[in-house]
This record gives sequence, C-alpha cells and structure tokens, in this order.
Amino acid sequence: MSMLNVFSIAGSALHAQSARLNATASNIANADSVAGPDGQPYRAKQVVFAATPMAGTTTGVGVQVTKVVESAAPGRLNYDPANPAANPEGYVEMSNVNVVEEMTNMISASRAYQTNAEIMNTAKTLMQRTLAIGQ
Amino acid sequence: MKTQLDNALQFHQTALGVQARRQELLASNIANADTPNYKARDVDFASALKGAMGGRFGPLALASTSSRHLTGASGSALDGYVGFRQEFQSSVDGNTVNMDVERAAFAENSIHYEASVTFINSLLRGMQTAITGQ
Repeated sequence: MSMLNVFSIAGSALHAQSARLNATASNIANADSVAGPDGQPYRAKQVVFAATPMAGTTTGVGVQVTKVVESAAPGRLNYDPANPAANPEGYVEMSNVNVVEEMTNMISASRAYQTNAEIMNTAKTLMQRTLAIGQ
Repeated sequence: MKTQLDNALQFHQTALGVQARRQELLASNIANADTPNYKARDVDFASALKGAMGGRFGPLALASTSSRHLTGASGSALDGYVGFRQEFQSSVDGNTVNMDVERAAFAENSIHYEASVTFINSLLRGMQTAITGQ
C-alpha cells in the first residue's frame, strides 16, 4: 500500500520539522539569557536532519533528526559591571543566539510543516477516493 | 482465469499502482526538502507503466527463457525505473529538492490518480449497467 507510506513519510517530516521549531523556540526564548542551568551561557541549538528509509517500502525515504548540535560561536559580550554575572573586566557573556537567523529558520520550518501537512491531506483525499471505488 | 472485467480494469489498476508509488517518491522528496545531501528522485511514468503492463521488472531485468529462471529483481517491480532528478540550481548543502517542481509534480500526480479512480468507477458503472440490463 504505497499510499499509506505517504502518511508515514509526511509524518516523519512533521516530526522532524516540529523538533526544529522546538529548537528555534528554545533559542529565541533564551536569546537574552545570561547563564543556563549549568552556569554556562546558553548555546544556540540546531537540529540535524538525515534521510531515513521507511519500513515496508523500498523507495520511500522519510526524514529523522539524528542529533542536536550546539553552536560553537562565541557569546555576545555586554558591558554591564553592575551585573552579578559580570567577569572581572565588567563584561557579561550572553547567549550566542542570532535572532535574525532563528526567525528565518522558524519561517522555513513552519512552511515545511505546512507543506507536509498538505501532503497528508492530499494522500487522505486520494485514499478516500480509492476506498469509494465502485460505490 | 481472466475475466473480461479483469482485462478492462487491468490498465487502470496498473496505472493506479504506478501513480501511488510516484506519490510516495514525491512525498519523500518534499519531506526531505531540508535534509543535507538528499537527492530528489522521481519515476519515469511512461516507461514504468509500460514496464508494469508488460510485467517487466525494470529496465535491467534478466532475460528468462524458462519459467523457473529467477527474475533477478528485489523489492518492487518499479524500483528499476526510479531515477534522480536533474537539478536546476545547486545548493550549498548538496540537496537537490526544488520545492516548486516537487509541489507541481505532486499536484499533477494527484490529479492523475483521481482520473484513474474515476475511469475505474465509470468502467464498473458500465459493467453494472450491462449486468442489470436497465
């Protein structure tokens, strides 16, 4: 049943894109964080996508999140000597989140999510037409 | 034994199978639009349908002179007709999915699928009319 595989393929893409959207939300939320739970400044997180063969099909390829990587870019330094988190020179190390990059990432992820949701809808319509054959 | 109904339906039934498989490939392409190094694939519909109608397992099928010969094909009969898409604009991450092309192909293939379903429905309705004689 090829048409059922479309559901699992589009479903894997929805899952991956929502993980990406989650990472973006976490990055934007922490754009102005000074220190994370471990006492270190927050590092921007990015998901890594990889194509993965779907079960029960030879040609269908879904997508999965293989890992979440943290950006190694240096954090922004804000001069704020009054801040308790400031270093001896008076600078506070903020997160290394680039908000512009995160916004574009968010738009891309939400569009990709929409597209795959539409794919599912189309597959559902075709499946219903198929089930109604001869009626 | 093949009945007349089987013969009448066989073409559209095969076409439906090829279209469903193509839909799966296009869904894969769209799902992997953001995956680095993913190469978009598609099936050559005309030759795949011709091959499926003739019961051939792809363009690289082994010639067999006896019914006891192995077909030499693994997986689906259509796998041999799947090819990689030519890319129009290369991207830095090695991905060759062009969303516009894929969306257009997906919509086109959906229409073709619905057309096949409609043909099957009208064939069945014709048969029904013939059987009931009304």
